[in-house]
Amino acid sequence: MHDFTPVASLIGGILIGLSASAMLLLQGKIAGISGIFAGVLRPAMGDTLWKAAFLTGLFSGGLLLRTFLPGAFDFGVARPFGVFAMAGLLVGFGTRLGNGCTSGHGVCGVSRFSARSIVATATFIATGALTVFIINHVLGASL
Amino acid sequence: MKALLTSFVSGTVFALGLGISGMTRPIKVIGFLDFFGNWDPSLALVMIGAIVVYFVAYRCSRKMVSPVLAAEFPVPARSDLDLRLILGAAIFGAGWGLGGFCPGPAITALASGAAPVAVFVLAMAAGIYLHGRFAMIETFKSPSRGTILAPASDA
Repeated sequence: MHDFTPVASLIGGILIGLSASAMLLLQGKIAGISGIFAGVLRPAMGDTLWKAAFLTGLFSGGLLLRTFLPGAFDFGVARPFGVFAMAGLLVGFGTRLGNGCTSGHGVCGVSRFSARSIVATATFIATGALTVFIINHVLGASL
Repeated sequence: MKALLTSFVSGTVFALGLGISGMTRPIKVIGFLDFFGNWDPSLALVMIGAIVVYFVAYRCSRKMVSPVLAAEFPVPARSDLDLRLILGAAIFGAGWGLGGFCPGPAITALASGAAPVAVFVLAMAAGIYLHGRFAMIETFKSPSRGTILAPASDA
């Protein structure tokens, strides 16, 4: 094990949970970011403004981090641009096909014991681990 | 207006949670997924923290008539497992392991101004667009349920 940050990760996780809880209890919305992002790209009447506001908040939180916790944006790994492009393409396509990502399925869905979300979460962790295994232990992290 | 403000503040808190927990750093995500290397369990604690809080909130929501600022809670989603769900999650996972970013951290990290993040987010938008195109073709070919790519609501 290296670089394990249990306290910071738990605190961050609680903040994520509080944010998603506020969206549910105040507005009756699911804080699923892939769905929110896709919703802003393909706007539907009356259901777009809150998504745009949430994404603006995410970006603003990023600006705060940039000022007060710049280490949060230290990649720690190097990947060529083409790999990030491929990764983004797979994430965009896959989250739409599977109706959710780490937030919608992994946090909101798993919390209410949704079978679909538990299966989705187990699946994306498995293929993510397989991908990392191939990169780190078959290709020797040489991308 | 209240709704927009709460959405904005929730988004900000979400981003701070991602940043504090280290999830805006690809190495923390890749380190978690590297079960056969120097495994970093941090991501599991992020999930546990978020899930425990949201579990309580979800239980509360079951006892409320409506959300504080809106008319109704989301309708309980479908429960059937289908190929679309599994294939989609599998493709997403591959991209997640490849770049170390999922949608939330990527949009948060856009604020850093790092070029690879911008590339990732643009490609993510392209992936969403591509899915929309494929879904249209699939729906046209077979308008009945059970198509692999046709859109359906979830979560």
